[in-house]
Amino acid sequence: MAMTDHIVSSFDADLQTLGDKLAEMGGLCEKLVGESIEALLRRDIPLAKRVIEWDRSIDRLQHEIEENGILTIAKRAPVAIDLREVVAALRIANDLERIGDLAKNIAKRVVALEGQFQPPKLAGGVAHIADLTLAQLKEVLDAYTQRDERRAMEVWKRDGDIDALYNSLFRELLTYMMEDPRNIGFCAHLLFCAKNIERIGDHATNVAETVYYLVHGEAVTDERPKGDLASAAVSFD
Amino acid sequence: MDATATAARPKPTASATLPAGDPKIVAKDVNVYYAEKHALKDVSLDIPERAVMAFIGPSGCGKSTFLRCINRMNDTIASCRVVGSIKIDEQDIYDPSLDVVQLRARVGMVFQKPNPFPKSIYENIAYGPRIHGLARSKAELDEIVEQALRKASLWNEVKDRLQDTGTGLSGGQQQRLCIARAIAVSPEVILMDEPCSALDPIATAKIEELIDELRQNFTIVIVTHSMQQAARVSQRTAFFHLGVIVETGPTERIFTSPNDKRTQDYITGRFG
Repeated sequence: MAMTDHIVSSFDADLQTLGDKLAEMGGLCEKLVGESIEALLRRDIPLAKRVIEWDRSIDRLQHEIEENGILTIAKRAPVAIDLREVVAALRIANDLERIGDLAKNIAKRVVALEGQFQPPKLAGGVAHIADLTLAQLKEVLDAYTQRDERRAMEVWKRDGDIDALYNSLFRELLTYMMEDPRNIGFCAHLLFCAKNIERIGDHATNVAETVYYLVHGEAVTDERPKGDLASAAVSFD
Repeated sequence: MDATATAARPKPTASATLPAGDPKIVAKDVNVYYAEKHALKDVSLDIPERAVMAFIGPSGCGKSTFLRCINRMNDTIASCRVVGSIKIDEQDIYDPSLDVVQLRARVGMVFQKPNPFPKSIYENIAYGPRIHGLARSKAELDEIVEQALRKASLWNEVKDRLQDTGTGLSGGQQQRLCIARAIAVSPEVILMDEPCSALDPIATAKIEELIDELRQNFTIVIVTHSMQQAARVSQRTAFFHLGVIVETGPTERIFTSPNDKRTQDYITGRFG
């Protein structure tokens, strides 16, 4: 439904502030995820340290969004679409904050790996899953800005692809570790990074579900595509 | 709250599901005219039994007009003409053979401004039962008065001063007195036209608590200007606009995800 303005314009201003802060947070998240992977692939310690710093801005924004959201609920007693907007903003801020943390953790591993050598091919698979995940994140944030639940649901469906990629990356890293014990340290870190990236993908899927709820007023009913087999069993075939 | 009357009963929340069963009141194609003005157009509505139904809508939308159709208060307005069918328990209330005085005992009404009679608290309550012949002795009448005041959560506050004048009570107490007065003649339906508009927040909260209890035994229809009140106290809500019903539905759905844009615009304060 197309939105007209509230009679009380400060209500519109409150909602606008929430939206602006979320947009800022979303942009920062995309940047953090991208730069943390860059730092990993290039072994760029200074960049990794900057990512760790930037995550604090994401945390700050999440607190601000939460405060604003709570204040809007107290002042305006919002209903219907306004209520769903506030609830969606609070949920998405939570997911973005977790994404920021996951990116920061990747950056911390880059710092921890300082001085260790390893061949470039080992990180190739990680680059691939990262590209896909970053694309999911950008797409779902655009879907939120446009309130486009069909785009959001496309992101939701593709989470299965990321899980599949994570499974094959898991096996690939195992073979590197079996190939040469000197790879084990680095590959172990890469496993965690890959897991973090897969989790970022899950949070992007959460945002997709929230966009659906925002538009339709009810939760997604289908089973989310779940494909992370690696945590259930380790297979050496 | 009157502790003895409420101790044993579990308290329902306003969000509890509607009791199943036939609607208490069925309106079909109701049209109301004030002289040439067509105030209500083709209104059809089911009002569930033993539940609270809220009518919301901007000023002049017809919600109070429709409310007054249910106990035929519109009969007292010379220029008013009602067309269509309203049935309570499948009985047409506009049937010429129907006793309107009896109807108004079955269907009580509470108004925006508390309007106790200029009599004692006791007489305010006793008046209705006495003229309807509901008590055979003073003792029975005393019992009816006490029960009505207990059900309206007013007994403890007035039991030691029943001979004091009703108009000496506070606004909130006067409104509860009016509710007790309506209850005293054993109605099935209670109509409330913005019952809390003239009351402070605490008195309002007490009336809302009372409505929550009353709905176990009575069918309640409330007209209110407060979205939050409608959302809090009712199980079903009907949104009126320009003399028609735009949307009806479970209160929870209306206030979280209404179907009609006009409903959403109204409840979110995007038009008045």
